[in-house]
Amino acid sequence: METLKAKNIKVKNQTPLKISGAEALIHCLLAEGVDLIYGYPGGAIMPVYDELYKFQDRLTHVLTRHEQGAVHAAQGYARVSGRVGVAVATSGPGATNLVTGIADAQIDSTPVVCITGQVTRHLLGSDAFQETDIIGISTPVTKWNYQITKASEIPEIMAKAFYIARSGRPGPVLIDITKNAQFDELEFEYAPCIAVRSYEPYPQPDPKAIEAAAALINEAKRPYIVFGQGVILGQAETQLKKLVEKAGIPAAWTILGLSALESDHPMNVGMVGMHGNYGPNLLTNTCDVLIAIGMRFDDRVTGDLNTYAKQAKIIHFEIDPAEINKNVKVDVAVLGNARESLELLLPKIRKNRHEAWHEEFREKYREEFETVIRNDIHPTKEGLTMGEVVEVINQATQSRAVLVTDVGQHQMITCRYARFSQTKSNITSGGLGTMGFALPAAIGAKMAAADREVVAIIGDGGYQMNIQELATIFQNQTAIKIVVLNNDHLGMVRQWQELFFEKRYASTVMTNPDFVKIAEGYHIRASRVVKREELKARVEEMIQSGEPYFLEVKVEKEDNVFPMIPSGASVSDIRLK
Amino acid sequence: MLNRISGIFLKRHINIESLNVSKSEIEGVSKFTVVVFITEDWTRRIVAQIEKQIEVIKAFYHTDDETIYQESALFKIASHLLFDERRIQNIIKDSHAQIVTVSRDFFVLAKTGRREEIDEMYHRLEPFGIMQFVRSGRIAVSKAEMRISALLKEFEHK
Repeated sequence: METLKAKNIKVKNQTPLKISGAEALIHCLLAEGVDLIYGYPGGAIMPVYDELYKFQDRLTHVLTRHEQGAVHAAQGYARVSGRVGVAVATSGPGATNLVTGIADAQIDSTPVVCITGQVTRHLLGSDAFQETDIIGISTPVTKWNYQITKASEIPEIMAKAFYIARSGRPGPVLIDITKNAQFDELEFEYAPCIAVRSYEPYPQPDPKAIEAAAALINEAKRPYIVFGQGVILGQAETQLKKLVEKAGIPAAWTILGLSALESDHPMNVGMVGMHGNYGPNLLTNTCDVLIAIGMRFDDRVTGDLNTYAKQAKIIHFEIDPAEINKNVKVDVAVLGNARESLELLLPKIRKNRHEAWHEEFREKYREEFETVIRNDIHPTKEGLTMGEVVEVINQATQSRAVLVTDVGQHQMITCRYARFSQTKSNITSGGLGTMGFALPAAIGAKMAAADREVVAIIGDGGYQMNIQELATIFQNQTAIKIVVLNNDHLGMVRQWQELFFEKRYASTVMTNPDFVKIAEGYHIRASRVVKREELKARVEEMIQSGEPYFLEVKVEKEDNVFPMIPSGASVSDIRLK
Repeated sequence: MLNRISGIFLKRHINIESLNVSKSEIEGVSKFTVVVFITEDWTRRIVAQIEKQIEVIKAFYHTDDETIYQESALFKIASHLLFDERRIQNIIKDSHAQIVTVSRDFFVLAKTGRREEIDEMYHRLEPFGIMQFVRSGRIAVSKAEMRISALLKEFEHK
């Protein structure tokens, strides 16, 4: 199929420069404002690395210890900075090792550009050394991908790649560049891409839909907001806050929406979903108007769709038309960027308080606190809980840290109990649930926000899925704080086995190495906490340390995360124990 | 592009009954004609997913009544049957099929029409022995206007 031509504007008249494709690629990155990339070299990408060597004063390349580490680091960087993350790898295994991160970025709408080397043009299709059809492999998990086989294509395609990755609903773009295109020369001229034929990243909100949404909200007696990452990606945090304050609407978040509204905001009622808060789940089936903002009704959020908010009128603020009526039929759909849509909505919203309705949330919270939360964060039993560790981290960081989590029990506990005071502070693998995400993502997060504390909270399972990135941390002296909540199990799977598979703990018991020694082997300061009395001092020591620090906390081996909506059950069937 | 489009159906286990890709009336614009048997609800979702692809200009969905559609088929049959079996000649006449070529060993019939007509012809010829049979995907034009050129102009002016 014919390639579509990006509509370009010329920034300035420069005399075309004759340079190699590899050098052109670097110029493209610089023109896009990139100063930091992650990657791993190999045969088919060597011309690019040769140029990276020459440009190291302007473009920092961080060598991760695995390509998966590179792409997760790029994701962490993108999520904290709001800019496009870049990962580079060679052909074949280098490219395939990126795939998990690309899929993660696709489902969590993270702007990432991945650049892979490819065997030279005339060897394509010959099963050459380290040849793999990465375009074919990555197609279902990329927002866009393209194979460059001619050096002259590089500027236009790279401009288009960045534009597509960051615009509209962001996502990953993979550009595969054959080796000949890296070596060959072209007349370099760069123009940023401002539009692609047939691609409409920002649908304009329909005034009639805004009107209809406002009418429903103004009439509502029990309105309820559930917001997701669309608020963060659309930079609509202020507008969301204005809306909840003006209309007095209780607001709950999905785990990717977490931190868009500060934790101690009186309208912030907590988390929805499988391990979310009691009130926010239960009252989904009590509200009369459900206002979904920048979220996609994921099954982990809705539970059984046949019993999800059936009584409510549903308003969906969403940038991606394909999400409208995908899982949940809505009454009013407002297409558009969250910020723009909420700006239009705000003047039409009447002031309100909904006191009695808020009281229902508070009442449910008290119930949850008595049954679950108190025991989680102020336990009286001997063993340490994950919740109390998160609580101590909250205090030590004054809720100002970026928290990066992996996948599993520690992730749910962190999302439940972490306190945030600023946006883009909760970095986690939500949609794909990628174990091994946190350690490399924390590297990217810290590099995007050097002035902020970045704490990676990881389980003992996920930690070992990309543990090699300790070397990257050591080499770059990336001052992240790593907390491994070690229960010597794959805790979440074990919990399911306990609850739904009659305690048959198939392959969830982990015989772990000495994590402190391993960290020390990478010359990273490390300590271990086994008793409650040591916890606070160690966490404070960790936070005060200006260098990378590893802390292992031995937690209760068989704790469960509650509340819980069993898979496929209704939000009304949320269990407190 | 083909990979991207077909993947949308595949991952939802939706069987593609027929798929045709060709050039369209506009230069540089290809047209995919896909036939599926699914509910309208699913169709809407699929269309939204297709349209979401960066390079897709527009995706439409239609029922049979809303389109004019045709398929083509070729039948390769042993030549002696043309002379030995009078009924074959009748079938050719009845079905308005065309004889594309006749050689010493075989002749080739071409038939354009709706799926049922081609099926019927197949069933009538089958007892005599068909050496080879092939049928194309459906091609269709919508009765309603497809504003592709206008859409492209709108994009240009944005």
